Amino acid sequence: MIPGLLLYAVLVMPPVAAWLEGSMVGHMLVQIPLLALAGSLVAHGASGGRGAVFAGFNTGGVPGLLVALFAAAAWMLPRMLDAALRSALMEAAKFITVPLLVGAPLALSWPLLPPVARGFVWANLISHAAVLGWLYSVAPNRLCTRYLLDQQATLGTTLLIVAMALLLGWGWFAIVGAPLKLRANP
Amino acid sequence: MKLRAALAMIAVVAAGLATLAAVTDGFRAATSEAAWRLAVAEWPRPLPDATLIDQSGRTLRLWLSALRGRPVLVEFFYTSCPAICGLLASQFQAGFERLIAQPEGLEVLLLSVSFDPERDTVTELADYAARLGADGRIWRVARVNDPIELRGLLDAFGVVVLPDGAGGFVHNAAIYLVDAQGRLARVYDPDAAERAIAELGG
Repeated sequence: MIPGLLLYAVLVMPPVAAWLEGSMVGHMLVQIPLLALAGSLVAHGASGGRGAVFAGFNTGGVPGLLVALFAAAAWMLPRMLDAALRSALMEAAKFITVPLLVGAPLALSWPLLPPVARGFVWANLISHAAVLGWLYSVAPNRLCTRYLLDQQATLGTTLLIVAMALLLGWGWFAIVGAPLKLRANP
Repeated sequence: MKLRAALAMIAVVAAGLATLAAVTDGFRAATSEAAWRLAVAEWPRPLPDATLIDQSGRTLRLWLSALRGRPVLVEFFYTSCPAICGLLASQFQAGFERLIAQPEGLEVLLLSVSFDPERDTVTELADYAARLGADGRIWRVARVNDPIELRGLLDAFGVVVLPDGAGGFVHNAAIYLVDAQGRLARVYDPDAAERAIAELGG
């Protein structure tokens, strides 16, 4: 819980926010995921790591997972990134909704999700990162009016690398198995 | 227990779809440029006035006097632009050819506005206009002297100009229709000058 709060405190500092938002990669692949991580860490701490909060409404973790997916989808829209840069209100909305509606529900739902659902999430995450990465690296038009085309291409390449890394990590996990630490503590 | 979760799931899906619909104008616009085009087409909006200097050094008050009562197609550019402005210029050339070939009656004007007042002096604009064949009557090439007015104009048209770090600019390129009442009425793709003129009856 404390690390989550500390991470959030660092992310909201105006120089840090401005620095991360200065590039498309920093905004989309660093700031937003770290905000979600901060929310996850706090929720994980608050629930004792068992996803007990809202458990009655979150059978199998699916409703919570859907909250996170919808909220994440909204913040992946190019116009939402533009809006956050243009308007202080949207910027505040990002800093509130990403931890609260992406990170926290994910942390509370993940322990409840059946393995098939976890596999589904990973597979979709990897394929989406790859498809988006390809789109961003070849799109001739700028999708965000506030970022340059080369930043968009860099984001595309980075997404492709992330997709590849996740795929390799996941494959390793599937073939070789979980690290000992995780295995000992299911 | 199960029922509660099922209801929660339905509520989440409904709220999620409603949210996505709200932030994409009903799944029609995922980028801010698309959203802007939709908003302008649905609600034409008044524009701030500004004082322009054209390629002959003449002063014109936008929308109030010189251009009033006639639809104007507007583009924003800078003369040293290596990329997209060339496309816009050739589009305006094609549009201009089409307009001067029209019989009397269709009074559509073309206006190219520079957003680089430092380099685009009147002399520079005159050269540029001569190269393209802009006649200064149907097609004017102009600059804005007052940086605050230029800023206001760019904001009103939804043009975002970012320095590219190499002395140039990156900007969203489009062709803007200002209607006879002086309102921003449509935003067209940068290659749609002829379509815009056709839609105005030419």
